[in-house]
Amino acid sequence: MIGIKELRAGDSLPEVRLNPVTRLDLIKYAGASGDFNPIHTIDAEAEQAGLPGIIAHGMWTMGNLAKLFTPYLEQGFIREYAIRFRGMVFLGDVVTLKAVLKDLQDQELTFEVAAVNHDGQDVLKGSVVFSAELPDL
Amino acid sequence: MLKDSIGKRSEKVRNTIERGAVRKFAEAIGDPAPIFIDEAAGAESVYKRNIAPPTFPVTFDAGVIPELDLPSKGLIHGEQIYTYVRPLLVGETVYCWMEVKDYYERSGKMGRMGFLVMTKYGENANGELLFTEERIVIISEAVRKGMGA
Repeated sequence: MIGIKELRAGDSLPEVRLNPVTRLDLIKYAGASGDFNPIHTIDAEAEQAGLPGIIAHGMWTMGNLAKLFTPYLEQGFIREYAIRFRGMVFLGDVVTLKAVLKDLQDQELTFEVAAVNHDGQDVLKGSVVFSAELPDL
Repeated sequence: MLKDSIGKRSEKVRNTIERGAVRKFAEAIGDPAPIFIDEAAGAESVYKRNIAPPTFPVTFDAGVIPELDLPSKGLIHGEQIYTYVRPLLVGETVYCWMEVKDYYERSGKMGRMGFLVMTKYGENANGELLFTEERIVIISEAVRKGMGA
């Protein structure tokens, strides 16, 4: 692993490809997050809402996406994390997590981040501002 | 009227960042890294303790905004934005409340959509801000009619 400050604009963090989404993933996230909206776990409820099947919590995917930065948390921290939810994630979908450094100013690194499904569509898109300066605790 | 809810806020609620809750959350997002869940690794880290993943504040109780009666079904999560002063530490106490920051409507393919902007704030015991979590919820015309709004 390299030092995050050695990155230059245009460099990417190593991509992560998630395993196909399972119902158990979403049941676990429902329990851990407290979001029990049944369109994420129960087929009949998803169909009633006009969906072809259950969909992942947007926050499950957003939570996963942040792990691209976990290896660097001894070098700094996430100061800002902004996401727009653009597409739904269904059971069996294979999601790839990406981050590209856009800008490096002093101690702040701004990344463009995305979660992309197996059809190449962005399901989440946004930015992470990583502070390479450790905070006062 | 949802517009009337702008500026309304909840009372502060005390939350403790529990080790077990952080472990379960980190596992659920496929990120059970030592910095989040391993006590020894936390003690040796630059933070001297374990920290919580950045989206962990979804688990915090931030109280109820008076007179904001949103339906449990039909809401669409549009955006989510976190800002941090520093990472949150396992074991610490955070005081959270929520505020309706804005509400506006825009016309689109699916009719007139409502956008409700809600911000959750987290402070330490001295009242210093640690993080904010902004959530934009999209409310369709059909769902608004169901609410009588």
